[in-house]
Amino acid sequence: MSHVLAVDAGWGVTLGIKTVVVLGLIPAGALILGYTFLLKMMSHMQSRLGPMEAGPHGVLQLVADGVKFLQKEDIMPAESDRHVFAIAPAVIVMSTFLIFIVIPAGPKLVVKNLDVGVFYALAVSSLSVIGVLMAGWSSANKFALLGALRAAAQLIAYELPLLLAVVGVVAQAGTMNLQGIVGAQANGSIFGWSGIGNPFILTQFVGFGLFLVASQAELTQTPFDMPVAESELVAGYMVEYTGFRFLFFFIGEFGTAFAFAALAATLFLGGWAIPGVTNTGLMEVLGPLVLFAKLMIVAFLMFWVRFTYPRLREDQLQALAWKVLIPIGLANILVTGIFKVAF
Amino acid sequence: MSATDTPVPRLPELEVDRRAWRHLADAAVGVELDTGDMILNLGPQHPATHGTLRLVVRLDGERVLAADPVIGYMHRGYEKLTEVRSYPQITTLINRIDWLSSFANEVPFIHGAEKLMSIEAPPRAQYIRTILTELSRIATFVLFLGEMGLQVGALTPAFWGFRDREHVLNLIEAATGGRFHPNFNRIGGILDDLPWGWINETRNVMKIVIDSCDVFEDILAGNEIFEARTRSIGIIPGALGAAYGVSGSNLRASGVDWDLRRDGKPYLAYPEIDFKVWTHPDGDSWSRYWVRLQETRESALMVLQLLDQLPSGPIMAKVPRIIKVPEGEIWVETENPLGQMGYYIVSKGATGPFRVKIRSASFSNVSILPWLLRGVYVPDVITILASLYFILGDIDR
Amino acid sequence: MADEDITPSQEQSGAGDEERAERAIAETDEAAAAAQAQADADSTGAQPTTEVTADEVEGDAAPLDETESALLALLKAQLGDAIIDQADMFGTLLVRVRADAWLRAAEVAKRDLACDFLSYISGIDWQPAPREGDDVGGDSSAPVQPTEMTYGLTGSAGRFQLLAHVQSSAKHWGVTFKTDVDDASPRADSWVSVYPGADWHERECWEMFGVVFDGHPNLRHLYLPSEFEGHPLRKDFPLLARSVKPWPGLVDVEPMPGEEKKEVAATAEGGEGE
Repeated sequence: MSHVLAVDAGWGVTLGIKTVVVLGLIPAGALILGYTFLLKMMSHMQSRLGPMEAGPHGVLQLVADGVKFLQKEDIMPAESDRHVFAIAPAVIVMSTFLIFIVIPAGPKLVVKNLDVGVFYALAVSSLSVIGVLMAGWSSANKFALLGALRAAAQLIAYELPLLLAVVGVVAQAGTMNLQGIVGAQANGSIFGWSGIGNPFILTQFVGFGLFLVASQAELTQTPFDMPVAESELVAGYMVEYTGFRFLFFFIGEFGTAFAFAALAATLFLGGWAIPGVTNTGLMEVLGPLVLFAKLMIVAFLMFWVRFTYPRLREDQLQALAWKVLIPIGLANILVTGIFKVAF
Repeated sequence: MSATDTPVPRLPELEVDRRAWRHLADAAVGVELDTGDMILNLGPQHPATHGTLRLVVRLDGERVLAADPVIGYMHRGYEKLTEVRSYPQITTLINRIDWLSSFANEVPFIHGAEKLMSIEAPPRAQYIRTILTELSRIATFVLFLGEMGLQVGALTPAFWGFRDREHVLNLIEAATGGRFHPNFNRIGGILDDLPWGWINETRNVMKIVIDSCDVFEDILAGNEIFEARTRSIGIIPGALGAAYGVSGSNLRASGVDWDLRRDGKPYLAYPEIDFKVWTHPDGDSWSRYWVRLQETRESALMVLQLLDQLPSGPIMAKVPRIIKVPEGEIWVETENPLGQMGYYIVSKGATGPFRVKIRSASFSNVSILPWLLRGVYVPDVITILASLYFILGDIDR
Repeated sequence: MADEDITPSQEQSGAGDEERAERAIAETDEAAAAAQAQADADSTGAQPTTEVTADEVEGDAAPLDETESALLALLKAQLGDAIIDQADMFGTLLVRVRADAWLRAAEVAKRDLACDFLSYISGIDWQPAPREGDDVGGDSSAPVQPTEMTYGLTGSAGRFQLLAHVQSSAKHWGVTFKTDVDDASPRADSWVSVYPGADWHERECWEMFGVVFDGHPNLRHLYLPSEFEGHPLRKDFPLLARSVKPWPGLVDVEPMPGEEKKEVAATAEGGEGE
C-alpha cells in the first residue's frame, strides 16, 4: 500500500516502515505477553507476587532481563557446529516474523493482504521445526538432541489438527483472505440478528478448541512441552544457548504465542472489527486495540492451561494428535460442509 | 593445645591419592559400551534427581535398556564421624540425614541411647516428640505432594506445596528454634517445653493441612494427565520390594500392610492413639502418591488426637550431667517419613558410641532402581524417581 | 509382635511360608529342647535388664522372650550347630552363626522364618581405634573409648564381624545375624541370591571394611570414587579431617550478653558452640 495513515509515500519508504513496525512488534508483543502472563498471572496463581522491583510492580523486569541477556558472554560449546548453532535461533524468529505479515490490525493495517493468507500463515509457522532441529543437533549435547527429536515429531504431528481446525473457518467464510474472514464475521448475522456479527467461535467452537490445543502444542507449552521438559531436559533443545541467542529463543517463543493468539482472535473472535462500527478512520486507530484485547483473552486461556496441567508423555501426546484430534477435525469439516450446503 | 603450636603430622602408612578425585566424572560404571545405544547421564546436577544423584542410563531411542545409579556425591562419612563424637553431638549430625523431616531422624537414635541407659523420658516429652515427628512427616509429605506434580510438569502445585509446608515449619520453629534442623531431642526428654499458644496454632495449621490435601487430591491425583503419566508406571511387587529393602509408603503402596508405628516395638506415644495405616494394591507411581496423600491427612488427624491427650508434667527425666551410656548393643527402628530408619548402636561405656550403623530408608529404596527402570521411557524415569521420594542425605549419609 | 497360642504339635503341611512358620513355632514350643534352657530364664516377656559388663562377653545375660525363643528354636532346627551364640538385644534376637553358614542362615530366615524384608547388611570392627592424642598432635576432643578389645553380646572370633538384620513384614518380627570373618583377608558369601537388596549393602560393606563377598555380581565402589584406596570404616583408617586440620576446641568468640568478657582465643576461628 502506498498510503500509510493518509500519507503518500514511495514503496521503499513503505517497505521500510512496515519492516520496522513488524520487527518492533515481535519483541513488544513477546514482552507484553511475557510480563502479563508469565510473570504476573503465573505468580498470582502460585500464590506469590512475582517480580516487583524493576519498575512499578515489575513492569520493566523483562526489559532488564533483555539487557542482562545482551551483555552476557557468547558461549558456544566446543564441539558444536558453529554456523548452524548461530543461525538456528534466527530461523525460528524469522518464521515468527513471517506470520505477522498477513495478520490484519485494521481496515488497511496489514503488511500484505494475501489472498491465501490463512494458508500462508500456517505454512510459514511450520518453518520453526527446522530451526528447532538445527538447534538441537548442533548443540553437541545429548539432552538437546533428545529435545529436538521430540520437538520435530510433535510439531509435525500437530500441524494437521491446526490445519483442520482452520478449514472449517475457511469453509464458513468462503475465503482464505484474512481481511475477508474478518469482514465475514463483522458483517455476518446470527439467525438474522446482526448485533454482534457472526464470530466463528459460536459455530466453530470445535475448531476453536482444536486450534487452541494444537497451538499449545506448536508452541511446545505444557501439557505438550516434552521438548523443553523443564524437570527432565532442562530446556531441551535450547539448553546450550546463553545470552542473546537465548533471548532470540525467548522472543521467538513468546512472539509466536502472540502471533497464534492474534490468528485465533482473527479467525474465531472477529479480529480487529467491532460489528456495527463502519467508520474506517476510527477503526484504523481502534482496530489494533480491539485485536489486542481479543488476543489477550485467547492468550490468557493458553497460559492458564500451561500453568495448571502436567505434561503428557511423548507417545501419549502423539496418540492424542493422531487418534483423537485429527478425527475430530475431520468430523468438524464434514459437519461444517453439510451445514454450509444446507443453509 | 593451640592450632599454631604443633605441626600437623603426616601419617606415613596411608598416602591418599589426591589425584583420584579428578576422575570423579569418569567414575567406572558397570555398563558395557555398545554402539547404537546412547549413554545418558542424568545428574548429578539435574532438577529431577532431588539432589546429587547420578543415573547413568543406556538408551535405545527413548527406552531405557539399563540404568545404574551412582551415589556418593553427598557422602559425609557419618558412621565414621559418630565414632569420634559424643551423644549430644551426634544428634546434631543425624538431623542432617533426611533434612526435610529432620526431627524424625533424631528419634530412633535418642530412643536407643535411652534404652541402653535404662532411662525413660516422661510422658509429656514422649507426646511432644510424637507431635513433632508427625509434624515433620506432614512437612515432608506436603512438599512431596506438590513437587511430584512439578516433576511431571505441573508448575503450580509445587508452590502450593512449599506454601503449606511453611505453616508447619513455622510451628516447628516456634517450638524448637530451628525450621530445618531442630536438634531438639535430648537423652531423657526434650530441650524445652512448648510456647504459649502453640497448641491452638497447631490445631489451625492442621485444618489448613487437611484442606490442602483435598486440593492436591483434586488438582493432581484426580487429573487425567497426571493419571496417564503415573498409573501403571514403576510397579514394585510387594515381595520383591521387601527383598530389596524398600520400606515405608513405597511398600505400603504395593499392598504390604506394615507400619512400624503400629506393628514394631512400641516407641513414643503411638500406642496410645488410633490411626489407620493406608495401603494400596497397585504398586505403581500413582498409588505411591495416593498413599502419601492419605498418610498426610492421617498425620494431621493424629496430631489433633495427640494435642487433645497431651499430658502435663516434666519434659526431662533425671539424667547425669555427663552422658555415659553403659556397655551394650541395641537396634532401634522407626517409621520415618521416607521409610524404615534404624540405628544399630554399640556402646562401650564411653561418652560416645563405639559404632553406629545408620540404616537409612532411601538407600534401599534407590537400590531397586536398576531393576525398576528396565524398559521404561525417559519421562517415566523422572516419574518413578519422583514417586519413590528419596532424599540424597538419606542415601549417602 | 504376634504371640501365637501354643497348640499341640501338628504335621507341617505344604502351606505357605507364614503358615509353616507359625505351625513350626507352635510345634517346637512344645518339644523345645535347646530352647528350654532359655525359656526357663524367661519371666513374663518384659524388657530384660541391660547390665552386660565387660566380663560377660559370651552367653546371653538377658533372657529371650517368647517370640525370640521360638525363632531361635526354629533356627536351631535348621542350622543346628552352626549357631555359635545368641542373645537378646532389647527385644531383638541376635544370633551369631559360623562363617560357612552365613548364606544358609539367610535362606533359613527367608524360607522358614518368613523374613522377607532385608533391613541392612553391615560390618563392625571391634578393634579399639588408635587414639590420636596429644603426643601425635591430632584430635583430643573425641570421647575416650576403652583400650581393651571387647566383643559385644555374642562375642567374636576376631576383629571383623558381619551383621545383618532381616524382618518379616507380615509377622513383624526380626532377627539380627552376626558372623565372624577372617581378620587378614575377610571373605563371606553373598546374600544376593536370597535378598536382591543385598547388592548395595555388600558393596558398601566391601568398600568400608574390605570384606569380599563370594558370588556378588559386581563388587565395586558405591560411595567412594573408583580409585579410592583403603577401607574407611576400619579403625586403623584415620579420620583424615582431624589429622589434616586439628580441632581447635571450644572457641567462644562472642561473650554471652550480660556476662563478663571471657578470654577470647587468639585465632580468628569462628566460634563453634558445642
